[in-house]
Formats: sequence, structure tokens, C-alpha cells
Amino acid sequence: MLDPAGAVFWPAASMLIFADLHLEKAAAAARRGRLLPPYDSRTTLDRMALLLRHYRPTRVVALGDSFHDEEGALSLQPADRQRLALMADGAAFTWVLGNHDPALPESLPGHVVPDWAEGPLVFRHEARAGVPPEGELCGHHHPKASVPVRGLVVTRPCFVTDGHRRLMLPAFGAYTGGLDVSDAAIASLFPRGPRIFLLGRERLYHFQLARGARAA
Amino acid sequence: MAGPTQDSRYVLVAMSRRRPAALPTLPQSLPPAFAAWFAARGWRPRPHQIDVLEAARAGSHVLLIAPTGGGKTLSGFLPSLIALAERPVPAEDAPPRGVHTLYLSPLKALATDIARNLMDPVTEMDLPIRVETRTGDTPQNRRQRQRETPPDILLTTPESLSLLLSLDGAPTMFRDLRSIILDEVHALAGTKRGDLLSLGLARLDRLAPEAVRIGLSATVAHKVPLAAYVSADGQGGNVTLIEVADPAPPDLSIMLPAGHLPWSGHMGLASAPDILERVKAAGLTIIFVNTRAQAELLFQDIWKINEDTLPIAIHHGSLDVHQRRKVEAAMAEGRLRGVIATSSLDLGIDWGGVDQVIQVGAPKGVSRLLQRVGRANHRMDETSHAILVPANRFEVLECEAARQGVAARELDGDAPRPGGLDVLAQHLLGLACAAPFLPDEAFAEITRAAPFAAVDRATFEAVLNFVENGGYALAAYERYRKLFRDFEGRVHVRNARVARQYRMNIGTIVEAPMIKLRLGRGAFLGEVEEWFVSGLTAGDTFMFAGRLLRFVRLRETTAEVAEGGSGPPRVPTYAGARLPLTTGLAVRVRGLMSNPESWPAFPEPVQEWLAIQRERSALPGADDLLVETFPRGGRWYLVAYCFEGRNAHQTLGMLLTRRMERFGIGPLGYVATDYVLAAWSAHEPHDIAALFSQDMMGDDLEAWMAESSMLRRTFRNVAVVAGLIDRQMPGAERNRRQVTVNSDLIYDVLRRHQPDHILLRATWADAAGGLTDLGRLSGMLQRVRGKIHHVILDRVSPLAVPVILDIGREHVQGEAEEDLLAEAEALVAEATGEEHAENVLARSPRFDLRFT
Repeated sequence: MLDPAGAVFWPAASMLIFADLHLEKAAAAARRGRLLPPYDSRTTLDRMALLLRHYRPTRVVALGDSFHDEEGALSLQPADRQRLALMADGAAFTWVLGNHDPALPESLPGHVVPDWAEGPLVFRHEARAGVPPEGELCGHHHPKASVPVRGLVVTRPCFVTDGHRRLMLPAFGAYTGGLDVSDAAIASLFPRGPRIFLLGRERLYHFQLARGARAA
Repeated sequence: MAGPTQDSRYVLVAMSRRRPAALPTLPQSLPPAFAAWFAARGWRPRPHQIDVLEAARAGSHVLLIAPTGGGKTLSGFLPSLIALAERPVPAEDAPPRGVHTLYLSPLKALATDIARNLMDPVTEMDLPIRVETRTGDTPQNRRQRQRETPPDILLTTPESLSLLLSLDGAPTMFRDLRSIILDEVHALAGTKRGDLLSLGLARLDRLAPEAVRIGLSATVAHKVPLAAYVSADGQGGNVTLIEVADPAPPDLSIMLPAGHLPWSGHMGLASAPDILERVKAAGLTIIFVNTRAQAELLFQDIWKINEDTLPIAIHHGSLDVHQRRKVEAAMAEGRLRGVIATSSLDLGIDWGGVDQVIQVGAPKGVSRLLQRVGRANHRMDETSHAILVPANRFEVLECEAARQGVAARELDGDAPRPGGLDVLAQHLLGLACAAPFLPDEAFAEITRAAPFAAVDRATFEAVLNFVENGGYALAAYERYRKLFRDFEGRVHVRNARVARQYRMNIGTIVEAPMIKLRLGRGAFLGEVEEWFVSGLTAGDTFMFAGRLLRFVRLRETTAEVAEGGSGPPRVPTYAGARLPLTTGLAVRVRGLMSNPESWPAFPEPVQEWLAIQRERSALPGADDLLVETFPRGGRWYLVAYCFEGRNAHQTLGMLLTRRMERFGIGPLGYVATDYVLAAWSAHEPHDIAALFSQDMMGDDLEAWMAESSMLRRTFRNVAVVAGLIDRQMPGAERNRRQVTVNSDLIYDVLRRHQPDHILLRATWADAAGGLTDLGRLSGMLQRVRGKIHHVILDRVSPLAVPVILDIGREHVQGEAEEDLLAEAEALVAEATGEEHAENVLARSPRFDLRFT
């Protein structure tokens, strides 16, 4: 099930899946001299907690880039660390590694893997080129799409899928921007034209994209 | 007095073209060499030029207010030229002298032009004066030389001044400064660029307290705040105000399109044939319009009928700068007969021979109209001629009101607002980059700049704190602070990287993300806003730079286009492009309408229109608020004749529809024009007086504003100016995208976790002015209390017809993005006939994705 908040819940396995949390992105920016509001981790963790309370999963999978950089997992504020620990009490956390966080400290609750398979599905950070032999859930690209409506253009993060083999999740982190689905990096993964599901306040909006075309 | 003595700028540009007039006596205060120079040309200085010279010599700052063509620029420079001519030659081994005179202009092009024109007196009198410009375009080697041996007269912009002040050589460069000339100061005061400049001036005052400021301004409504802006103490102390009497009032006529007088529309295209006739009859005509889209459309329509192929060009702010310069050069050389222009030609150099100005569409304000009209015939004592071309009936009323306003010299425009805290943040970082400073001294310095005179110490500390460590309640960034304090309390910049970041981000103009337009692989045509391009698909046709273009593809930040194309073209529009009707003009329009004795000034169809309105409904009074309600097409319409300008009406529309919701009226949408607000609903509106009661500006407003895209846009600008996020550099875009954080996301997070943050305060202060016009709205609600005139009709009234016609064209407010997305989704499904299982599922709140 795709949740309009930008996560996936798999009832059969009682599994909740997030992509690209980019925790501590503000702290990473601060190290480079941009003092962004340091409340991003808190915001992301609160949004995760809300979904955990709703679905009560036994397992949580984060599809990589969970921390914006390697220092991130260590720089969490004590209060945020507490938030994470509370969630990990009720569900087993699996951290898939991403390009931003190629390694994660052992102090993190749950276990850390390069990728993860369960049943017919494989969970990895970045999609593998070509048609996956099994069902693949991935993140990495932060997909977003623009839909022209009445002379305006609405741009939102979105899920992207070919309908049966591959599902790309939008980034869940508070400060994560996006890459348009028409960009070759995403479009080449969906050669037959992707279906997209734009995130809405209470529901998703579905559009079928033509091969290599822009939204709607 | 006619001829070349009229305007020094004009004189400097075109002295050789005019015959000398008879030579009157010269004033005593002019040194012989200058007197001879004037005499050789048969000119004599104007009285105010001598007044400025004498005031500046006495050590007083000067605010010179003179209409266009008043010889302002030479007034500013004359004291410097004389002082520099009389300066003793330095000893051989003396260190190089610093800049003597600093000239600041809002336009780069203006600085360059003035520099060129200044060379005439300098070379002709053989004065030992070096004149140079310094802008963003100045090559690196010349910048280096300017730092080592500064020119005597430096012409630059507010941004470049900030940059110069942040360098450690600034005290040496400016220690000999004696004169600061602020050109077009009316266009800077009250803007963020003006805020930045005022802080730079406060700094200069510390480096060179003897420097005299000479502010040059067009005629303005608010002289006292402008004098305060020019003053060194921020209070208007030691400023001599010199005013030049206005020239003969301009002769304004109103030209209606032949045949039918349109009910609505703002483009004025129906008048294209008449405009062309007028162009034929004059030498050079500037045709001013209100928006870039209007410029493009009118240009197309005129060229369709321009059988004599008169040279008529187009000029607006989105065109490539080289294209604009070409048009300006052609004007100066007399190769053009007409130019269709937006406010891009409101300011700037004089081109001499403009014979006629045509304003197409509503003038919106008296001051603005005067400025535009002043573009014609830059000779002060001659009457300038201008033609107003209203595009619809309401604009006829507005044109007539403007004509009377001009005759009564009723200038309008807002008084300068307080300085932006985001600009202050930028400046404080700049101060630290220049040299370590004590907060007490910096506070004393910045409060001597008029826009920041009222800043209290707590606010100052909050801004400084923001620059230092982000100013967050959660003290997360102790290690990453940008400033640090030494044991004496001096504030230092943390490292060279912070200083570099500052210098890369100086300035207060934040462009919306722009996409460059390129013709094939060839010339760049200009820029359009990113959102416009994102709505195009390959093959779509649109108008730009007076051409019909076909969209080919988007590559990074450049859109490739080709000539030609088919299908109805679109026209790029730009956010916030339209100015609202000014208060003064609105009062006049209301007065004209409510008083039938003034109607004979109007053309027949307008008189008839008003008469039928009086018969069928009622006329808006000079002081009340007429509200009509009527059923139409299964809906109820409510039309309120507020005349408070589009921005105030937008805000009112939002508040009103929320209130209608609570009253159970079932509002469906609204549309705002400069004159009226129309809302439509499922049920008949009732309790009109309660609907419009003043308390509607309570909590609804804050909640709506906080969510609105307008506030998000404002926040983005504030965050860039304050240095929270980097401005987008052309070319670097692609790499940056991965490191920049979308300002909307920051806004949401900050608002939730620290709603009293200094940047949010700055955002609110910005938003409460311009785009929401809250002051004007609350003023109206108060004024009409107990004076709401509700008329219930069984059908649309004559006066309501224009806005009802507008409903089809304008983007309808009040529909959230969510509804629009749902609509788009349903439309696509309908069009493709795709009603398979996935679509049905997608419309349920959660979508079940099965992997097979």
C-alpha cells in the first residue's frame, strides 16, 4: 500500500518502508557554512512515528541515504536519538546502505545491510539497470513530477512504477528536494513509460506518463 | 527659455546637435574655466545648479527634486568637477589619493552612460580627473587597478558599493571621499536595494565623515522621508532641499478604439490601428504598456498591420541585455519610429528626441504616469504631449481620473517602509568581513541609516545572532558559527570561506528561477520564468521578443526554441508583474462615478453605461461600499465595488470566502480586479454587513497567509538576502540542485518549530506590505462600516459585466492545489477512456500495489 505521506506499507510482511530520510541534512549544511534550521531530523522522525503508530509494523526498512552523511548518525541531538530509540523498541529496523551513508555506526538500533530481500521482493537503495527479475523497491532519485493544471503547474514528490516490477519511492526527509521523473536518470528505468502517484494531503493522484514524456 | 540649456544630461549627450542660444550673464560662484566652458557653448547654468553648488560648498547635504529634464545630473557633478579642478597637484612621492566622488545609480547602464557623458567637460576643459565605472561587469584587472590607484570619480551601483566596503582596503579607498551623488534616489528609497545602499552610506560616513551627499530625485509625494534617507543622521538633519518648479503641465488626451468600447480585457489591442496612425504622425514614440505579455501581444498586432514597415521595436526586462542595448542605441541614433516598452524604460538615460508618449492600458498611478509622460520632450518649459489609451470601460474612468490627478499635481505612491531585517543581516556579515567590529558601534552606525533608524537593540541583537549561529532556539551549531567574538567583544568573521560566501551573495534582487531562451544553437533571446517552460511540451508555440517561437526542448537551464510554429501561441507572464491602482486614483474614480455632473467628460458609451447602472442597480458612492448580489447560471454572485487595487482585493477574497463558508453560503471561488471583487457561491449570500465586518482580519488571515504561496515566495527572497541559502548562479544550477535545500521545506520546518524566528518576522513584515496590502484593506473595512449598500438584483448589473467576463480568463482563486490535481487526474482519465482498476484504486485513499 502506498501511503500519501510518501511511505509504503506491506501488510503481508507487516513492513513499513521509507526511502531517503536524509537525517541531519541541516547539520551537514552547517558544516559547509549554511546554518539551516536544525529541526529537520525532528520533523522527519515525528512524521515516521505517526505512520508507525498508524500501521504498527513489526519491521521498518529504510532504503538508504537515511543519514545525509556519515557523521550524521553520530551528530543526532539527544532528543532525536531518543525518538529513534522509542520507535525501534516496537519494530525491527533494517537500514539499507545508500551512497550518502555507505557505512553506519553500530550504535544505531536495528541492523545494517547493503540490500535486503524478503519473499518475492528486493529492497535496495539504487535501482539496478534493466528489468528486475524480482519485484524491486528503491529510492535514491527523489522522484517528483510536475502536472499542469489550469495554467498553473503543481510540482510534488511522487511514487514511480512500471506497474509490476519496480517501485521507486519519493524521499521522505524534511529537507529533500527532488529530480523530475522526465530526467533521463529516472526515465531510463521505466522504458515503457512510468505511472506516477503524486503525493497529496490525504490521497495520491495517479497519472500515466507517455514514454519519455513529461507529466500528464 | 528653450534650447540646449534646458537639461544638462541632454546637453552632455547632444551638445553638438543644438545651436547655441544668446548668452546671458554667469553667476559669480562659477570659476572662470567653467564659466568659459558654459559660455563657449552658449549656455548658462540653471539656478538650481548654482544652488546645489553653493549648498555643497557650505558642507550641507542636498536633496534636489526636479522633474525629468531638470538638469539634475550636472547639478550633482558640478561641485565635484570644480573641487577636483581646483585641487592642488599632489607631490611626486605622495601616496595615491582615494576616490573623491562616488556616484550611485540604480542601473548599471546608467552609470556607464553618465561616465561617458562626463568625459565631455573633462576633456574639453582639460581637467585632471579620472572617471571610471565599477559594476559586476568590470574586468578583474581593472578592479585590481581601482583598488591600487582609485579613480577621482567612481560610478557604481549599491551592490558593487557593498562589495567594495567589505574589502579590507575600503578605509584607504574612501578616506578622501568628499562627495556622494545618489541618482534616481526616489527609485531606491523604500526598496530593499535602497536599504542596502543606506547601510553602505552609513559605513561611508564612518570612513569619510566630511563627504557631502547629493540626492537627485524626480518629483515625489513624500519629500520629508526622502530627505531623511539622504541625510547622514537618518533624521533629515543638515539637508538642503532644493526644488525645481514643475514644468508646464503635460497635455494628456484620451484615445478610444474606433467602434465598440470593450467591456473587459487589459491589453488594448483594439487600439492597435489608431496607435499606429499616431506613430506615423510623430518622430519617435514610446508606447508604454503595463506587462511584458501586453508588450508582446501589442507588438504582434501592430506589426500585422504595419504595412509601411515603420521601424518599431520592443523593449522589456526579460529580453537579453544585448538586445535591449541595441534598441536603446537605435533610439539614440534616431533610427526608430516607435518602441513598445514596459517599465524597463521608466528610468534611465535620456534619449533626447522622444516626441510622443502613448500609455496603453490603465496608468495605475499619477506619479508613474508623470514619469512616463516626462520621457517625451526633455525640455522643461515645453508642454509634453501624451495619449492615454484605455483598454476597457473601467480604464476609461481611470484614465480620466489620472488626467485630473495630473492636472491637480496630486502625486501618489507609498511612503518608504522600514528597512528589511534580511538586508540588515547581509550588511552585518559584510561589516565583519571588512574588519572586526563592536556591536555597540555597529548598532549606532546602522541606526543612522533612515530605514533602520527605528530598529531597537533587541531586534539588532536577534539579527546579529542569526548571522552568528542561525539564531535557533535549539543550540545545535556552536561549532559551525559564522562569526566569533574576541575577549574585547569584537565580532570577527570565522574564516575566509564565510567571507567568500558573503561576497558571492551580495544584493537584494532575487530572481525567480529563470530559463534562458536560445534560438537553436544560436543567439540568446532572453529569459522566462521556469514555471512557464515547465508547462510547455515540444511543439508548443509562444511569443517572445516579438517573435513567434516553437518550444523544442529543455537542456539544463536553457530552453531551445525555433522560429515559427502553429496553433494558438501562449505568452509568458511574470509573477507580480502588475501594479495595483493607487489610493489617490481610486478616490478620484469613485468621485467621478458617483457624481453625474462629471460624466460629460466621458465618451458616450461610458455615460450610457453609468446611467443604466444607476437605473437598474445603484452607483458606488464616494464613501460607501456598494455590494450587489444576483443569481446567474444556477449560482449566486456577490460583487463588491471596493476600488482598493488587485492585491487588497485578493486578500479580501480569501477572507470573505472563508467567512461565507462559515455562514453556510457555500462559496465556490472568487476573482479580483483592480476595481472590484466578485465571489460566487451555491447559496444566496446574506447578512452582507456581517460578512464585511472588520473583524474578518483576525485569525483567518494569519492562517491563510502562512499557508499561501505568496508567503513562501517572500520567505525564499528573505532567506536568500539574509544569507541562509545561496542565490542560484547561472550555470552552476545543476550541481547546486543536489546541495541546495528547497526554501519551501525550510519554511515549513522553521514555522513549525520556531515561529518567532527573525527570518519569519522579516517575511511577515514584507508580506504585510506589497502583495497583501493589509493596511489598505483594513482602512477600507473601517471606512465603510455602517455604510454598506447592499442591492439584491435578479440579474447581472451593467457595472458587474466586466468582472463576470474576467472570470473565464483569470485563474480562479480559492481552489486549492489538491482540487486542481484531482480535476487534472479526472480529465486525463476521461480523455483517455482509461477507467481501469488502477485508476479506481488510485482514487481510494490508499493504493494497493500488487507485484506480479
